[in-house]
Amino acid sequence: MASNPFSAAAVAGAITQPPTGRDYLVDRSFRSLALVGAVLIIALMAYILYEIGGQAWPAISKYHIDFLTTSAWNVQDGVFGILPVIWGTLYSSLLALLIGGFFGLTVAIFLSQDFLPPRLAFVFRTIIEMLAAIPSVVFGLWGIFVVIPAIRPVANWLHESFGWIPFFSTSLSGPGLAPATIVLAIMILPTVAAISQDALNLVPYRTKEAAYGMGATRWEAILKVMVPTAAGGIFSAMVLGFGRALGETMALAMLIGNSNTISLSLFSPAKTLASLLASNFPEAGPIEVEALMYAALVLLLITLIVNIAGIGILQVTQRRISGKS
Amino acid sequence: MRSISLWAAVAATVASVVVAAATTSRAAEPEIWVQGAGATFPAPLYKKWIDAYTKSHPGVSITYDAVGSGEGVSRFVTGSVDFGASDSPLTEAEVARVTRGVIAIPGTAGMIVAAYNLPGLTGELKLPRDVYPDVFAGKITRWDDPRIQAANPDIKMPKRNIALVARLDGSGTTDAFTQHLAAVSEAWRGPTLKPGRLVNWPGTAMLARGNEGVASRIKISEGAIGYVEYGFAKRLGLPVAALQNHAGEFVRPTDKAGQVALAEGKATRAQDLRLLTLDPDSPQAYPIVTFSWLLVYGEYKDGRKGEALTNFVTWGLTEGQVLGSDLGYLALPPPVVSRGQAAVAGVRF
Repeated sequence: MASNPFSAAAVAGAITQPPTGRDYLVDRSFRSLALVGAVLIIALMAYILYEIGGQAWPAISKYHIDFLTTSAWNVQDGVFGILPVIWGTLYSSLLALLIGGFFGLTVAIFLSQDFLPPRLAFVFRTIIEMLAAIPSVVFGLWGIFVVIPAIRPVANWLHESFGWIPFFSTSLSGPGLAPATIVLAIMILPTVAAISQDALNLVPYRTKEAAYGMGATRWEAILKVMVPTAAGGIFSAMVLGFGRALGETMALAMLIGNSNTISLSLFSPAKTLASLLASNFPEAGPIEVEALMYAALVLLLITLIVNIAGIGILQVTQRRISGKS
Repeated sequence: MRSISLWAAVAATVASVVVAAATTSRAAEPEIWVQGAGATFPAPLYKKWIDAYTKSHPGVSITYDAVGSGEGVSRFVTGSVDFGASDSPLTEAEVARVTRGVIAIPGTAGMIVAAYNLPGLTGELKLPRDVYPDVFAGKITRWDDPRIQAANPDIKMPKRNIALVARLDGSGTTDAFTQHLAAVSEAWRGPTLKPGRLVNWPGTAMLARGNEGVASRIKISEGAIGYVEYGFAKRLGLPVAALQNHAGEFVRPTDKAGQVALAEGKATRAQDLRLLTLDPDSPQAYPIVTFSWLLVYGEYKDGRKGEALTNFVTWGLTEGQVLGSDLGYLALPPPVVSRGQAAVAGVRF
């Protein structure tokens, strides 16, 4: 203990007293402990980036940006490109966001806008949050044994009747984009619903009262006042859900079909970055490992950008809505 | 008081379990451990061999990891297993890397079948010689393609996309299958499609790990077709196509048709038994058969391990062969067995 700046301020015989040396020590050491923890986490993040980047470096210097724009994954000749994989990742995640985002927002409105007695709403909320606790592999199995047989007849009818529409241009054999997207949408629903609810609950009650006071109906109040006011938070819920969809691995590796193709068709099999990594790592040779590390880096950067954007938007809008800025 | 007695009971139970486990494990402890890894193609047969063999030879414990030929060969070459297994022979470069010497012995043989999943399709699907290489090359993409329909006039082919299923991992099954395709079709002699353990499959192909992975992917995907060892299709109840052989006959994979093809096996290099029958001539022959190889080292430092392994392999070559037919494998022809036995005798330990 070097010096206690408070000791000079001590007044003999006063009822209050400055922090003792021990208080000061505890405070100081807690603060440095917290600092060390925070720095360690940031250092770990930097180390992971450094390590993956370092292992990916031979591939980066060999394939440059072509890696992102070509579509061969040919271990035999050592030619690698991940355009179809990036396409599959973004396409499946966007579709999942479209479905999961719509239902997540609807659920959030239903649970936060006094449609249900508070207790019942709490029960519903808990059940939806429990969806987030189901292991990914269980979702995958459920997709194979329930979702695929259920949607296959519909998908193949769509293909036979409306095959000229690009979205239905192939038949659904089993694993493919459609079942993967549906399962993915259910997996991101809890994230979207929970954060959207928080955003809607953050809107001051007087805003809603004001809308009613001006003669708005319940639906007008919700759709034209509440949702737009909470739009920033809802948007960031979508972005975080999107981030979760991008990184999802196991369920997608089981459901998306693992095929290296770019197709608009909803029923065609595809491949995502995370499923590529999961399925090719176990026995990749040294050259393929470099390419996989490059792909991992690309996935890391995409998720990082998406998550930072989501958190940024959430913070800005929360500050605006609670009127602090 | 109650809690103390409860703890005592728990402690006593744990102690007794630990003691029991220790004693049983000591009693059943085998003296010799032999580890193998490799092809998924013969794995069901090798597991059956190991079960039967270790029952009659209690001092020996043998394990086999079905990791695929590619991974099996690389583990064998780096020396992390006692024996390997592959459906494709080692390359010269791989042989050169094993200082202890490599002895390849055919362990079993089997047919590679084109298994498919087309619900509602009755009758036997026939695939001509000029059609199935193009299906696997991604050039024929629909089941109602005129070339498939023309070969199957009695069947109304569904208006579906062909969902190709191929191997993701380095595989001897892939090697044998694509070597055959290259022997049959110009499209498989490069530059984009070349035979090998890893193949640059067309983009639309779904890739799965191991023979069992391909078979189960076909099982859950309507409109799918893929190549697996016959037994894997048989176990999952997948229908298999009749393929047109060199003589122009459509032949279904049966034990007899496979044996006819095997009997044509020509040794390309007699000293290490690399028998390849890429495109058998006989009208009764099923066109795609392959041997599956057991890879053992030329020399074992641990003499008892070497002895146990050679005994096991010899047992497999003789008594083990009869276990294969139920699983869909082809028993090795007698001349191949005797050459295998002669090769095993060359292992030093």
